[in-house]
Amino acid sequence: MSKTQPSLQILTANRLTDGAVVYLTAAGTWTTEIRQSVVAREEKAASALLARGQKDAESAVVVAPYLIAAIEDADRPRAASLREQIRAAGPSQPVADAVATAVGLAYP
Amino acid sequence: MYRYDEFDRIFVAERVAQFRDQVRRRLAGELSEEEFRPLRLQNGLYLQLHAYMLRIAIPYGTLSSRQLRMLAHIARRYDRGFGHFTTRQNIQFNWIKLEETPDILADLATVEMHGLQTSGNCIRNVTADHWAGVAPDEIEDPRIWSEIVRQWSTLHPEFSFLPRKFKIAVTGAPNDRAAVKVHDIGLRMHRNADGEAGFEVIVGGGLGRTPMIGKTIREFLPKRHLLSYLEAILRVYNEYGRRDNLFKSRIKILVHEIGAAEMTRRVEEEWAQIRGGALDLPIETIAGIAAQFSPPAYAPQPASVPQIDALRFAEPAFARWLKTNVAAHRKSGYAIVTLSLKPEGGPPGDASAAQMDAVADLADQHGFGEIRVSHEQNLLLPHVPRAALPALWRALGGLNLATPNAGKITDIICCPGLDYCSLANARSIPVSQRLTRRFNDLARVHDIGDLKIKMSGCINACGHHHVGHIGLLGVDKGGEEFYQITLGGSAEGDASLGAILGPAVSSAEVVDAVETLVETYIAERRQGERFLDTYRRVGAAPFKERLYAVA
Repeated sequence: MSKTQPSLQILTANRLTDGAVVYLTAAGTWTTEIRQSVVAREEKAASALLARGQKDAESAVVVAPYLIAAIEDADRPRAASLREQIRAAGPSQPVADAVATAVGLAYP
Repeated sequence: MYRYDEFDRIFVAERVAQFRDQVRRRLAGELSEEEFRPLRLQNGLYLQLHAYMLRIAIPYGTLSSRQLRMLAHIARRYDRGFGHFTTRQNIQFNWIKLEETPDILADLATVEMHGLQTSGNCIRNVTADHWAGVAPDEIEDPRIWSEIVRQWSTLHPEFSFLPRKFKIAVTGAPNDRAAVKVHDIGLRMHRNADGEAGFEVIVGGGLGRTPMIGKTIREFLPKRHLLSYLEAILRVYNEYGRRDNLFKSRIKILVHEIGAAEMTRRVEEEWAQIRGGALDLPIETIAGIAAQFSPPAYAPQPASVPQIDALRFAEPAFARWLKTNVAAHRKSGYAIVTLSLKPEGGPPGDASAAQMDAVADLADQHGFGEIRVSHEQNLLLPHVPRAALPALWRALGGLNLATPNAGKITDIICCPGLDYCSLANARSIPVSQRLTRRFNDLARVHDIGDLKIKMSGCINACGHHHVGHIGLLGVDKGGEEFYQITLGGSAEGDASLGAILGPAVSSAEVVDAVETLVETYIAERRQGERFLDTYRRVGAAPFKERLYAVA
């Protein structure tokens, strides 16, 4: 990625009521599916997303909104960092599988 | 076991009601997150990587079967069917809903539990030797004193807003199984020349970004003075602790900066003002609490159990389990049994609701309904008649809780890491899983002997890596997970901090690296030497050469 290419960002937060990891959509709603999130392609758009998130934090919809770096695969965004990939998808698969085998559960 | 008195009951019930109202106001938008955050943290509710996380206090690691069943109920009803036992003898649930938290706390209160003192800059839930009350080498049950400290510290108005969190660990035995030298205050019971029992008071130990072994500021403190002496230490810390810098705010930094002698002087000076006052507990009060920890009604047991010998020869796995997971009990005919939460490929410390329920049943059937949680993230049944061991072993095997690895290379202390924790830089559970798969030959595990691997996913060191014989610290190098290796740490009586061996290794290399270290030990060891002993004798050089030569 060249320095001049704008970095892609999406807005994430936790839903107030249940703490679920959520992402802002183009419609201004929050989704648990990162693939449905709206992508900011330049800083101004990213600031607008953050402002929107802060407003929803003030009105007790979400908690702790922040921008994360994104990558687009086939026009669908996914998280760039491992941390955010784990946040989006849950504990990494070996862990999820291991919980299931070790403790005898059908992991959700 | 300690049962709530009227004060405890009313106080916890009031807390639940207060929190219910606070949650209502938060959901209605009347409280901002900034206003609400300290309130939820005071009840153990964090916002973590995936959702809210509830940390429930298990004071001094003791649970009744009824309490364990309640934890199973919470896992099932409010979370995803399992919980994670931590190095502070607590349990965490990872997908808690804010709107359900008041109901969870109300459910917990019915079994005398809560999430108090599991967060915030207060005196945290007190930890103790998991063999409390049953260890053959014990002078006095450390839970008596842990409970006294709990009653003193809960809601202590002067110490609710300390410079930083504050952890106290207690052992009632000369052999330290509670890592007392790496706590803000460690209390180790011993006898003075007159045969009187009292505490060695160790201050300023801790792990995290600046690991320190605690300093003894008093060789012998008579028991009756415990609270006034603790109060004096806390007062000195509260006054002089570094509130200006988060990274220097723990008492270990204060002790390090002013030195143990000056710390002692200040504490003794403060103590001179308050000793002999209301905090010196009347003997009847101490006796009243001690009575709550009196041993269960042990029944006479046969001198020998032929079934054990028969099974030992028939089943090598049982023989191994007897060696590692069954320890001598102070009462003849009884045993202390470790239930390994470290199965091959499993996330260390996790237990499902079904396992918790089953363990509660086994505790009722074979162990007076009592369960312990160790800081090494295992469960224990502390009072098992030896005659019940074969049946218990079979039952535990069916629950995947009989891995014969207590104290061995696969009994890994491991923080939740990047799979669950907001602070982590790298994953720790997957590395632990790969290690337990690599070392899955039990004959080899037993040949390697006592070896403690401890792993943390970040510098905060919840996985105690500094005091692992082999310590692994996850670091982020340009978006890739790497692991820094330390050797030679110990959290026991011979406490020491591990030294960094060399450059961090990649996630792909880390399991091979550990195996290389183990092979080096096997090649170098003398008869009867543990990994740690060999390392201390030969130093880092052979390990370094073998590990980095190929690179």
